[in-house]
Amino acid sequence: MYLKSAYDIREKYLRKDMLPTIFCPGCGIGSALQYTLRAIDDLGLNQDEIVWVSGIGCSSRVPGFVNFDGLHTTHGRALAFATGMKLANPNLKIIAFMGDGDAAAIGGNHFIHAIRRNLDVTVILINNFTYGMTGGQVAPTALKGLKGTTAPYGQFENPFDIADLAVSAGANYVARWSVFNYLQGINSIKKALQKEGFTLVEFLSPCPVSFGRRNRMKTAPELLRWYQKITVPLAKAKKMKPEELEGKIVIGEFADRDRPGLVREYEAYKKRAKKMMGWEE
Amino acid sequence: MRYPFPVGRSDFIQGDEAIARAAILAGCRFYAGYPITPASEIFEAMALYMPLVDGVSIQMEDELASMAAIIGASWAGAKAMTATSGPGFSLMQENLGYAVMTETPVVVVDVQRGGPSTGQPTLAAQGDIMQAIWGTHGDHSLIVLSPSTVQEAFDLTIRAFNLAEKYRTPVVLLTDAEIAHMRERVYIPRPEEIELIERKLPRNEEEARLPFGDPHGDGVPPMPIFGRGYRTYVTGLTHDEYGHPKTVDAEVHERLIRRIIGKIENNKADIITYDSYELDDAEIAIISTGIVSRSAIRAVKILRERGVKAGLLKLNTIWPFDFDMIEELAERVRKIYVPEMNLGQLYHLVREGANGKAEVELIAKIGGEVHTPMEIVERVVG
Repeated sequence: MYLKSAYDIREKYLRKDMLPTIFCPGCGIGSALQYTLRAIDDLGLNQDEIVWVSGIGCSSRVPGFVNFDGLHTTHGRALAFATGMKLANPNLKIIAFMGDGDAAAIGGNHFIHAIRRNLDVTVILINNFTYGMTGGQVAPTALKGLKGTTAPYGQFENPFDIADLAVSAGANYVARWSVFNYLQGINSIKKALQKEGFTLVEFLSPCPVSFGRRNRMKTAPELLRWYQKITVPLAKAKKMKPEELEGKIVIGEFADRDRPGLVREYEAYKKRAKKMMGWEE
Repeated sequence: MRYPFPVGRSDFIQGDEAIARAAILAGCRFYAGYPITPASEIFEAMALYMPLVDGVSIQMEDELASMAAIIGASWAGAKAMTATSGPGFSLMQENLGYAVMTETPVVVVDVQRGGPSTGQPTLAAQGDIMQAIWGTHGDHSLIVLSPSTVQEAFDLTIRAFNLAEKYRTPVVLLTDAEIAHMRERVYIPRPEEIELIERKLPRNEEEARLPFGDPHGDGVPPMPIFGRGYRTYVTGLTHDEYGHPKTVDAEVHERLIRRIIGKIENNKADIITYDSYELDDAEIAIISTGIVSRSAIRAVKILRERGVKAGLLKLNTIWPFDFDMIEELAERVRKIYVPEMNLGQLYHLVREGANGKAEVELIAKIGGEVHTPMEIVERVVG
């Protein structure tokens, strides 16, 4: 793949008057954003037909920095807003930029139901195991033992595997990478953007300032090295025993299927309604 | 345009059904809801009608999602509505505030039932007046309408959409279980008999760049619909005229919030409607809203027969509130009675309006039954 310069991507897609971003040094959100913009650029998608939607948190500030229509909503509810937008105007292509707390905690119910409906949306999910914006509280994705300001002695609850959850709930496309895996990341986003129905690309993303320094990884390189240690590619994971996978995170493509999306289902439903009422043959 | 119900003639229908039909005629093409008594029939009617008029009706996972979905639909260009009852309305308050802050035209129907909490699901109440006005957090304003008959439920639903579009604001239609489930004769007009107001769209790039500005000087910015190339950023954070977050700038916050409140307050004369009966020479005024007004009208008639110069002020708009009009009325009458189906919510507003110029007495009733006319009469004649 030929990669355009980051400068060109920035010039074309960012709102210059909103810069600089609010992101801390070493944050991975910028990388995930860049991959998303590169995917849009590579696919030659129409900038005016894409709407970015987000909830609350660091990653949710992304729609403000990109030069597209954008809806920065309430905490956890981005996908519920997206449901209204997509059904009211199916021509819009919707990208939801979310954090792990936003998607899996306060927004957990909206998340599973958007997937169940197969809402036509591409979710770019930033997973950093923490609530970065509010100061490093523990997130529902945090692996056991990881520390946060609300779990100062190490997380004692079981974590959500968001990708696993999305596959079970019925998403058409699910992939997970660390921001380290940039080519896979860009390719996955491209795939996700071309599919109908619910598509999800999750990124393990460094948060040295809120998360790392509470877990003995004060810099992004340390976090990236940690990702290398704890991530296991799907093919390899299949050959590993459950006890070997304890504390590891599997990366790769978990689902790639073509169930009809919500928009197509509703169009068919409208036809059925008119037929049943004798309005149409 | 073909309608899935008869137009241009009267029909004998429930309040909930009337609201659904009015919404369709007002141009509503997106409905999101979650079932709740006594509002479910609105949803059921919308579910039946919407696919036939190429609109959308969707059952969301909860009320928070319903409220979110209609805001999203509105930014995508649709007129959108949801309906609920007290407990669900509480869940909507978060995103109702978001709609206020982002100036999104939407209609929210709250069919009141006995509360607090799950209370009396099948019985009427007027306990959500304060929730409708002040339920969301922060300084804000919106519009709250209140029908007292099934016909008014129909008419005020159309008005709710018009006001939402005109002022780019959420409008709450505050009705109750009694009106929702009561059947009455309603005239369903033909579309050409209805006057509809559509939201202002940006006329040029200049206006589109200021989705939260005030280019017309009326406090209502044109709304750049998503997908039309304006690249608008909408946030619930305090934002400047361009939509850029400015969360620690006191001046920006004050300018934004004062304009949002101002566009409602400065247009009270256009927004507020009321009906008065026998008020011209009245010494006793009854002020009521919604279903209780039906008993109050009858009470006025009985009182007049008994030689008491009583009159009724029936409020069709609960917010914004015309405090000045109440004070003026208080100067003319000896006493004001406020019958309502709660322990004193409208009463607070009336007493503030009366400003000590007349004695204000609450006639409270809770438990699910509407005041009988005699209950009001007996309180007045002592």
